[in-house]
Amino acid sequence: MLHTVNKSPFDKNSLENCLRFARKGHSILLFEDGIYGALKGTRFETLIAEGLKSSTIYVLVPDLEARGMRMDNVIDGVKATDYAGFVDLSAENKTVQAWL
Amino acid sequence: MAIEADGKTIETDEEGYLTDLSSWTEGAAKVLAAQDEIELTDSHWEVITFLRDYYNEYQIAPAVRVLTKAIGKKLGKDKGNSKYLYELFPYGPAKQACRFAGLPKPTGCV
Amino acid sequence: MEDEVIKKFLYVNRKAPYGTIYALESLEVVLIGAAFDQDVSLAFIDDGVYQLKKNQQTSVSSGIGVKDFSKTYRALEGYDVEKLYVDKKSMEERGLSEDDFLVDVQVFDEAQMAELMEQQDVVLSF
Repeated sequence: MLHTVNKSPFDKNSLENCLRFARKGHSILLFEDGIYGALKGTRFETLIAEGLKSSTIYVLVPDLEARGMRMDNVIDGVKATDYAGFVDLSAENKTVQAWL
Repeated sequence: MAIEADGKTIETDEEGYLTDLSSWTEGAAKVLAAQDEIELTDSHWEVITFLRDYYNEYQIAPAVRVLTKAIGKKLGKDKGNSKYLYELFPYGPAKQACRFAGLPKPTGCV
Repeated sequence: MEDEVIKKFLYVNRKAPYGTIYALESLEVVLIGAAFDQDVSLAFIDDGVYQLKKNQQTSVSSGIGVKDFSKTYRALEGYDVEKLYVDKKSMEERGLSEDDFLVDVQVFDEAQMAELMEQQDVVLSF
C-alpha cells in the first residue's frame, strides 16, 4: 500500500504516525510540506533512516525544488519522483492512506 | 418560506423542512401534513414521536432503512415494514415523516 | 443487485472534533456510504480518538452552540457499522482508556492496525 504525507514533521505528527503504521513493502511519498521530512540534518533523519529499512520512501521533486531544496539535500536512500511517478504509485497500490 | 401554526409564524426552507428544529409544535406538524393532504392519525403520531425521540438521542434523522428496522424493533414487525410506512407517508417515511416531525432531511436523502 | 460486489471501506479519523470540520465530514460520509451495504470499518488514530470521548457538552444555552454529533456514533450500530478500532498508543498517550469512549471499540496495536489497512479496498482519510 501507499502512504502519503503532505505536512511538515515540525508542524504535524503525520510523518511519525505514518512510519509507525507503514509495514514491509509499503511505499511512502513525501510531498508538499511533507518534503521537509526527507531532508538531511533534521531531527527526523534517524526516523527516516529507520523507515527506509522496510519501506520505500519517495520525495516529490517539484515540491522539493519549490522550497529551495534539491536532491542533494535529501537523505540517502530516499528516491526522487515527479508527478507522473506520483500517478504511477497511486495506480500500482491497491490502497492509499493519506496522512493529512 | 414559512407556515402559520398555533398563532405563530414558523420558518421553513424551500423544501418545507423547518429551519429551526426547536420551533416545532404539534400544530406545525398538522399544518405541514395538511399541505400534503394528510390528516394525522394516531399511527402517524406514533412514527412522528419515534422520529423526534430518535433525533434527540442520535442528533440525526435516520435513513429509511434504519427507520424501518428501528420501528420494527420498537413498535412491532407489523409496523416495521415499508408497506405500512409508505401507506402512512406516501412521499417516503423518512423524507415526509421527518418533515412533519420538524427534523432535517435525512442524511443521504436526495 | 445480485452481482453487486461488497468492498471493504476503512475510514481513518485523525482529527479532534469541533476544531476542524474533518470529524463531522467523515461521519456524514460514513452515514451516506452505509446506504450502499459495503463492509465498513472506522479507525481512530491520533487526536481522532477524542471524537469518541464520553460526555461531550455543546449545548446552545451553555456551550459552544453546535450540534453534539458524538451522539451520532451511537447510531452507527443501526446503520450496520459496528467495526470501530482505536489505536492503542494514541489512546494511551492521551491518558484515555476504553471506559472513556461512548461506544464499544476494539483497541488495536500498530501491527493489527497496519493489517486492517492492508486488507481494505478503499481507505478514506480524514
